[in-house]
Amino acid sequence: MQFRSHRLANGLEIVAECNPAAHTMGVGFFVRTGSRDEATELAGISHFLEHMAFKGTPRRSAEDVNREFDEIGAHYNAFTSEESTVYYASLLPEYQSHALDILADIMRPSLRESDFEMEKKVIVEEIQMYLDQPPYGMDDRIKQLCFGSHPIANSVIGSEASVTALVPEQMLHYHRDRYSADNLFIAAAGNVDFDALVTQAEQLCGEWEPTGASRATPPVVMEPAVEVKPHAVSTQQYVLLLRDAPAAEHADRFAAKLLTTIVGDDSGSRMYWDLVDSGLVESASLGHYEYQGLGMFYTWLACEPDDMVDNLSRLQQLFEAVERSGIGDEELAQAKNKLKARVVLGNERPRSRLFNVGGNWLQRREYRSLTDDLESVDSVTVADIMSVLEKFPLSKHATVTVGPLESVGDLA
Amino acid sequence: MEIADIIGFDLCGYPSSPQQILPVSAEYVYQLDNGLTLVGEPSAAFQSAAFSLLVPAGCRYDQPAHAGLAGLTCEMMLRGAGDRDGRKLITDLENLGVERGESVGVSQASYGGSTISKSLLPALTIYADIVRRPQLPGDQLEAGRAVCLQELRGVEDEPGQKLMTELRRRYYPDPWGRSSHGTAEAIESLAIADVERFHAARYGPNGAILGVAGKFDWQQVCDSVEQLFGDWPIQPSDDSVEEVEGRTDSHLSYESNQSHIGIAFASIPYRHPRYFEAWSAVGVLSGGMSSRLFSEVREKRGLCYTVYATLHTQRDRAAVFCYAGTTAERAQETLDVTFRELVRLGEGVSDDELARLKARIKSSLIMQQESTSARAGSLARDWYHLGRVRPVEEVAAKIDALTAASINAFLAENPPQSFTAMTLGRQPLEFPDAVS
Repeated sequence: MQFRSHRLANGLEIVAECNPAAHTMGVGFFVRTGSRDEATELAGISHFLEHMAFKGTPRRSAEDVNREFDEIGAHYNAFTSEESTVYYASLLPEYQSHALDILADIMRPSLRESDFEMEKKVIVEEIQMYLDQPPYGMDDRIKQLCFGSHPIANSVIGSEASVTALVPEQMLHYHRDRYSADNLFIAAAGNVDFDALVTQAEQLCGEWEPTGASRATPPVVMEPAVEVKPHAVSTQQYVLLLRDAPAAEHADRFAAKLLTTIVGDDSGSRMYWDLVDSGLVESASLGHYEYQGLGMFYTWLACEPDDMVDNLSRLQQLFEAVERSGIGDEELAQAKNKLKARVVLGNERPRSRLFNVGGNWLQRREYRSLTDDLESVDSVTVADIMSVLEKFPLSKHATVTVGPLESVGDLA
Repeated sequence: MEIADIIGFDLCGYPSSPQQILPVSAEYVYQLDNGLTLVGEPSAAFQSAAFSLLVPAGCRYDQPAHAGLAGLTCEMMLRGAGDRDGRKLITDLENLGVERGESVGVSQASYGGSTISKSLLPALTIYADIVRRPQLPGDQLEAGRAVCLQELRGVEDEPGQKLMTELRRRYYPDPWGRSSHGTAEAIESLAIADVERFHAARYGPNGAILGVAGKFDWQQVCDSVEQLFGDWPIQPSDDSVEEVEGRTDSHLSYESNQSHIGIAFASIPYRHPRYFEAWSAVGVLSGGMSSRLFSEVREKRGLCYTVYATLHTQRDRAAVFCYAGTTAERAQETLDVTFRELVRLGEGVSDDELARLKARIKSSLIMQQESTSARAGSLARDWYHLGRVRPVEEVAAKIDALTAASINAFLAENPPQSFTAMTLGRQPLEFPDAVS
């Protein structure tokens, strides 16, 4: 297992964890752009652009892109988040060069107007699909409620109105500014021929211009607001709780992850024993998500509408108890055992390592081996966790609920 | 894009891949006298090991008045076993780092876990307690029942999933199209004695299969399994089934933004000699983004975000299930275009399409080798479907031997022609004549 990196003259970086013993490899372009980088009138454009990348280039039609990926047997996809857009493929090492050729090509898509209008329809369908699954749309709403005008609250998918209003010229400009040589990088993991990767990247991407693209990272102000969104068709009542948490750059993030494992993992946690095992809720869990300049503690709960107020009150007591009385050594040891096994299990496949290598580079421009992560988990103390709780108490949060309930009394 | 990868490996489970990676798995089979079969695939390339235990305790055995009993029993099994109460059981598994999962299918209940290699044997020891000596505590019945009822309610909020569940129920004669969730009415009526009876009748070594994959010592695991399960008494065997026609309605009214469309047609199961022909035909229809459905319905016409077809196989029956979700005003066109592709499949596939499919199969087989839990599940399912592990050479040979001509011969004899469809949304749609 060897980490290698290289920087082209135009600023484009190539990073890889090379493992000659692996049978497959993963490779991808990680673009440092997402909904937090969109002006209001561009809402949804990062995600739309991700779709458009597959619709053809000067060298390939949309059909060529899909056909060629399939011809080399690649498992490929792309996703967009608040702060990144990632295009990746898992494949056999013999196809490394062909895969990079396609991936680099679609980073410079044609953005033809006819394709643009056709793909809009697909995105509208995607929006409608989410609207039929009520808790999904709520993640956008609670970010707005909790973080107000902070750009992290921008919706990734946008709205039907915002996406419909977009025109190709806006996307051309956005693409030019954000998909520049110094605002994206190539990551790879598994059985990678790194020297060949660099040589080919130089040929394919060496002429791409840098733009000095940057990102606004204003301070975070958390608003503990409450909102009830009636949705008569739902059977269950869904609740989301959100607050800020340790950011991606912060060493506290491992303590934050252990805290959420102890309090809100989907099995064996305090929330599990109190709410899930007893059948009071369909599901309840708490997770920590990290972004540039801020993190999020995200709680999710689904239950019968009539039980929601009681369940939320139990949850609140549980949060207050951990803030007041702390956590036990045994709880911490159990959470560490669980998390470390997860780290090992979750990183056996080159494809998982790709996201790990790419994610670390995206957030911190650092490489972390599996051992580094295991050691970081091991070194967390009870005091570290309590310090996170003190800075980011779980009992303070914004609340959104969606479901059959018209109102829920005083939830604040 | 986030396009689900629908190539069907989750359903049939390939036993193995090209030789460069693997030990020959057929050598690692150990039969206990009481009927339990251990199938293994040791490999030093991993740090982890995973297991999948299949027990013939699926929901097909639920009496209609007890619909949901198999699921409730599975839920109760982890609430204490041997000398551990529920809390100690979960805590000990978590300290061993076991990532676990349980599910109940039509024919089997499945208990699976993966963990770091050194925790495999201690984990299996706990699982022997779970399936053999569950406490089934009466004071936890209400909690277990509540969990099952919550799950049942949760499905109501996922229209696409709900439609496909109901379509399966309609397509297959009961009990083969059942979902393990049962009915709220039945679940509310169940008593702890029902759970105890179900456990006594269905949980046993006869027909049980344990697949193990990853880093472990084969002989050591055989010895442990013999010790843990060797004296498990054989359960009574009653596989008699009375088939009843499934539901017959074709539209579910639902106040959703999208219309959800499901279409099913007959196919052949994994153990059929021509399975690979049938399966690759579905792959041409819906495997990869250059496949026909994705390309015609989504890429060329922008009619929907999700469209797929998948070959669903049980041991003795199989069908292709196709799904598309779209806004109401474009639903009829989506149905028409999708349907046309299903019928056109009967006209055959091309060499190019098959070549792409083979490339995807090859890489899928190798990628599957990189996950111990995928391998353990495949080994167990393979044994269930075939009564053996299909040797590496056989799978490679079957894939290599596929030609457009062999697939087309199969399609000519078995063209998709009799369809069962179901929709969910505000309005029913108009089905072509061939659809019931």
